[in-house]
Amino acid sequence: MTTALTTPQNAPEDAPKGTPGTPGTPGTPESAPGTAAPETGAGAADGRPAVRLAHVTKAFGRPGAAAPVLDDISLDVAPGEFVTLVGASGCGKSTLLNLVAGLDRPSSGTIEVPGARPALMFQDHALFPWLTAGGNIELALRLAGVPRPERRPEAERLLELVRLGGAHGKRVHELSGGMRQRVALARALAQGGGVLLMDEPFAALDAITRDVLHDEITRIWRERRLTVLFVTHNVREAVRLAQRVVLLSSRPGRVAREWRIDLPNALRAESARAAELTTDITEHLRGEIRRHVPQ
Amino acid sequence: MSRSDTLLTPPPVDDSAGVGAGLDALEAVRAPRVPPGRVLREKVLPPVLGAVLVLGAWQLAYSLRLTTPDKLPSPAAVWGALTDLWYEGTLFSIVWTSVWRGLSGFLAAVAIGTPIGLLVARVKPVRAALGPVLSGLQSLPSVAWVPAAVIWLGIDDSAMYAVILLGAVPSIANGLIAGVDQVPPLFLRAGRTLGATGLRGARHVLLPAALPGYLAGLKQGWAFSWRSLMAAELIASSPDLGLGLGRYLENQREFSDMAGVLLGILLIFVVGVAVDLLVFAPVERRVLRARGLLVAAE
Repeated sequence: MTTALTTPQNAPEDAPKGTPGTPGTPGTPESAPGTAAPETGAGAADGRPAVRLAHVTKAFGRPGAAAPVLDDISLDVAPGEFVTLVGASGCGKSTLLNLVAGLDRPSSGTIEVPGARPALMFQDHALFPWLTAGGNIELALRLAGVPRPERRPEAERLLELVRLGGAHGKRVHELSGGMRQRVALARALAQGGGVLLMDEPFAALDAITRDVLHDEITRIWRERRLTVLFVTHNVREAVRLAQRVVLLSSRPGRVAREWRIDLPNALRAESARAAELTTDITEHLRGEIRRHVPQ
Repeated sequence: MSRSDTLLTPPPVDDSAGVGAGLDALEAVRAPRVPPGRVLREKVLPPVLGAVLVLGAWQLAYSLRLTTPDKLPSPAAVWGALTDLWYEGTLFSIVWTSVWRGLSGFLAAVAIGTPIGLLVARVKPVRAALGPVLSGLQSLPSVAWVPAAVIWLGIDDSAMYAVILLGAVPSIANGLIAGVDQVPPLFLRAGRTLGATGLRGARHVLLPAALPGYLAGLKQGWAFSWRSLMAAELIASSPDLGLGLGRYLENQREFSDMAGVLLGILLIFVVGVAVDLLVFAPVERRVLRARGLLVAAE
């Protein structure tokens, strides 16, 4: 572990404003009436994005030695927006989240995340087994500078929020997989930032638990007006959750295409439009994968 | 909760809360308390049976006169040696002399070995320089240090402590290094996203995560302390040293008192096991149980 964490956030803004440098965003232009998604987040007033990536490139090893993992990614996430990143293996989804979380630095380009340090959730819950469920959340609060007397009540509130009131004293191993991810979500929220980065957080869960958590994350995203950047390889999940789906190509990772999804979350499970979108995105994803057949 | 109808009609939005609560109830692991009767049957009975078996075999070998009584005295003779010591009033002082030396030496070894271990585990150049030395020292029998310690420090307590430290510090340091190395990188990443970097990272994430490995190192460190001390007491002889267990054992050998020799060995064994059972085992069990690492074993 390197002790000095450099966060390339709040870098001087030199990227052009406007739509990110994606080769046109075909998406779905129609916006269904009466499906007002919450567009207002914490910092919506000044019109700045909650997360801005400008021409971000990331290569590992010597510069120029290998193809970059991420190549010229530009992406804006508006405050309060829920964006899913979809892509096959090797598209650098997780690398991208690490960069936004400040765990790693881009080789070139800038990343701006105004506000508090973004929270990151992993596929594995990554809860600390030496602490109770509540202890994990209180540690996050403590590291975020919350004074001691406020930690316990705030942890209880966050556990209530993820419907785990009364689980404060539970040990991590006493919780089911779904409960652990909810505690991990509460711990991420405890960091106090409005930006939540999720790295396939539900991939290891069974289908029913995942369904429940999809509803939960949608509810909490609305209630807390979070900005969510959610990585998954599951297109149905992406369509179910997101306002915008971004498809990344593989090796190098580039923004290949974007879709805007203007459907109420509650109806997506049965909606024909959602099914169409899922098929369309899946077709493009398969196309991206086919490009890598050895000639 | 009967919910067969949900198959026919699409579930309402807030139904997921109910399903979630049901899943929680179904999937949560409840660690059952083990009844005391079972603890007795599974944890206490087997070692007692084992001890009885060994005693029986010993008595049998004695009764059959497999060898002369001066080579193999009866269990009763060893018991007699123990009661003799008790009535002379020296039993407690002999055991305490060694136990005090062993424990205080061990605590000093913890105080020295812990920072060394942390330094070697976290600082790359230090690790490259000291890592192999520490592993090498750990495999070096600390008895080998007795002659050197006697020449440097003379035959007194400081030589005893030097031998204990040379035996125990490497194990404690190596245990901590292993503990730190085995910390899952995910915990460190999670800690960093929470803002636990530098010293705060060490305090809130790295050290607690490394605790099981560190405890294993401490346990081994105690075993090494005790062994080194007994070896040192056996070899070094001086009135300044007082009568400890090792010295008692060697004295009985000089008197060709086999019952006394066996008693000495038994006492050394009992002290080693008692410290392990009374000090380390409860701490280790608590730490592992809190982390859910003992559930399957119980």
